[in-house]
Amino acid sequence: MSDYNFAYLDEQTKRMIRRAILKGIAVPGYQVPFASREMPMPYGWGTGGVQVTAACLTPDDTLKVIDQGADDTTNAVSIRRFFQRTAGVATTEATEEATIIQTRHRIPETPLTEGQILVYQVPIPEPLRFLEPRETETRKMHELEEYGLMHVKLYEDIARHGQIATSYAYPVKVEGRYVMDPSPIPKFDNPKLTANPAIQLFGAGREQRIYALPPYTEVVSLDFDDHPFQASKAAHDCDLCGAKDSYLDEVITDDAGGRMFVCSDTEYCTSRRAAGHKGRLWAPEPEGVA
Amino acid sequence: MYVAVKGGERAIDNAHAWLAEERRGDPAVPALSIAQIREQMALAVNRVMAEGSLYDPDLAALAIKQARGDLIEAVFLIRAYRTTLPRLTASRPVDTGAMAVDRRVSATFKDLPGGQVLGPTFDYTHRLLDFALMAEGPSDTPSTPPVAESGPVAQRVPHVTSFLNRDGLIEAATPSDITPPDLTREPMELPATRPLRLQALTRGDEGFVLSMAYSTQRGYGRTHAFVGELRIGMVPVKVEIPELGFAVEIGEVELTECETVNQFKGSKTEPPQFTRGYGLVFGQSERKAIAMSLVDRALRWEELGEDFTGAPAQDEEFVLMHCDNIQATGFLEHIKLPHYVDFQAELELVRRLRTEAQAMQEAAE
Repeated sequence: MSDYNFAYLDEQTKRMIRRAILKGIAVPGYQVPFASREMPMPYGWGTGGVQVTAACLTPDDTLKVIDQGADDTTNAVSIRRFFQRTAGVATTEATEEATIIQTRHRIPETPLTEGQILVYQVPIPEPLRFLEPRETETRKMHELEEYGLMHVKLYEDIARHGQIATSYAYPVKVEGRYVMDPSPIPKFDNPKLTANPAIQLFGAGREQRIYALPPYTEVVSLDFDDHPFQASKAAHDCDLCGAKDSYLDEVITDDAGGRMFVCSDTEYCTSRRAAGHKGRLWAPEPEGVA
Repeated sequence: MYVAVKGGERAIDNAHAWLAEERRGDPAVPALSIAQIREQMALAVNRVMAEGSLYDPDLAALAIKQARGDLIEAVFLIRAYRTTLPRLTASRPVDTGAMAVDRRVSATFKDLPGGQVLGPTFDYTHRLLDFALMAEGPSDTPSTPPVAESGPVAQRVPHVTSFLNRDGLIEAATPSDITPPDLTREPMELPATRPLRLQALTRGDEGFVLSMAYSTQRGYGRTHAFVGELRIGMVPVKVEIPELGFAVEIGEVELTECETVNQFKGSKTEPPQFTRGYGLVFGQSERKAIAMSLVDRALRWEELGEDFTGAPAQDEEFVLMHCDNIQATGFLEHIKLPHYVDFQAELELVRRLRTEAQAMQEAAE
């Protein structure tokens, strides 16, 4: 495919995006405006993540793409194919083999290492957006470090529900300065954000924002002393691989209330099964079913 | 026994194959040519060019064909193509006074220099289905060709607002050589300037801009607009060639321009005078051009010292952040993508809250 430049975007555009990324890394958690381009996939499908990945990719990289933790969901397949086609890079499903991982809504279970880049797709980068719809206002609130509104919201949750009623896209504070939206990852994943050896980059295409967490950045989930943050997941083990420590998807198996719980990180689950771990319902797939 | 949901790749391939088949429709019916779409679906082509921000009737026709007639999808195809094109140069500002007008009407003066030219308009047609068009064949050609009334329209057609300007009755529109911002190359920053607002509106969704304009007419940010002038026609595009030291005409584009004249009783900062709203759109797109000029005027409340009444059409951030149909449709439709990780987190939260509420109720009983 020679009609397009390596990784689709032209070099000037990549340069513009890299500058935004570097600025983001220099000011962790700060949302850097960037001139997001129209991509050949719709806004909402990960155009921000795709642009960040395109700007970071080199021909020697190995790319992994996940959506909802899985390598085989349709949109993950589509984005992986896009880069296979436009950049010809090697791809993998193994978290530890990847140099760049583009993700939507999850952080892989396998701990990341130095030298890896995790690229998040972000729908609404502004953690204050649902408290204050105006960009002109929220930018000012970040400038003045005025986050009272967010604490009031969390407090109201506790007053009404006895706990903070945010289960995903749970707001965090970065290095004691910027309140940041970690993208719609379940709050189960929030503890993986802090002191992570990998570079974490966040791209919001439609909203034209990039932000970043350099390696080993301190990221604290917002909470109160008497209501500390709690990562939560379904109180089950994976029914396929038996993992007790991974985030689970609930799958409805019949119309009589039957359900099973399986790892949302498909690669983690598969490699555990390959290593001989067995869950409650695991049986090898019948031949011929892909 | 549960079989893991797999086969994303094959599902995508099959979906694409099916889509291609559906796009073609019944193979017994001849396929549409690009030329047919360009010539006979010209207004659809115009809309795709305007909202796609790319003036190329053939590519717009191709996009319409490929998108199965879904115009927003066609706009998206054009935008995704446009973004890959290099920026070679910027043209001189086009001179709409030099427009070869096909249509030029003023609602504010009965007659005026340059005349009223009705042009190819639906305005006075009776909207009765013409079943003759259904009987395909020679009947699908106009029986009487249009008669030229009095030769071609005058070479240079002056703008209506310039007559008002001469008497100082309308606010002055001071020309400026400042390079306008390019919202396709720089992130949108608010508050925006008027050139940026106009740029966003001209590529904004016709339906959205129409509804915003309509809301001002119904009282949400009323601006009392008259169509001072509406003109449609070809305009030459000139480019300065540095090596030559003068501008060269590189082609022409069809434009629709609308200038509204708006009543204005004066404010703390401005004397009573007429004010302006402006609309300029690729192709013959007069609904869009009129709507754009009304919204432009409504957005100018601050510069004219008017009150902000809270009307959506006055709210720059609201209008500019929501007028782009490619952004809107992408974000809207993305909610059909898998969200089971988030939903699972919500499920657990609701279950936990319900358990606690139940326990509290039982304790109370």
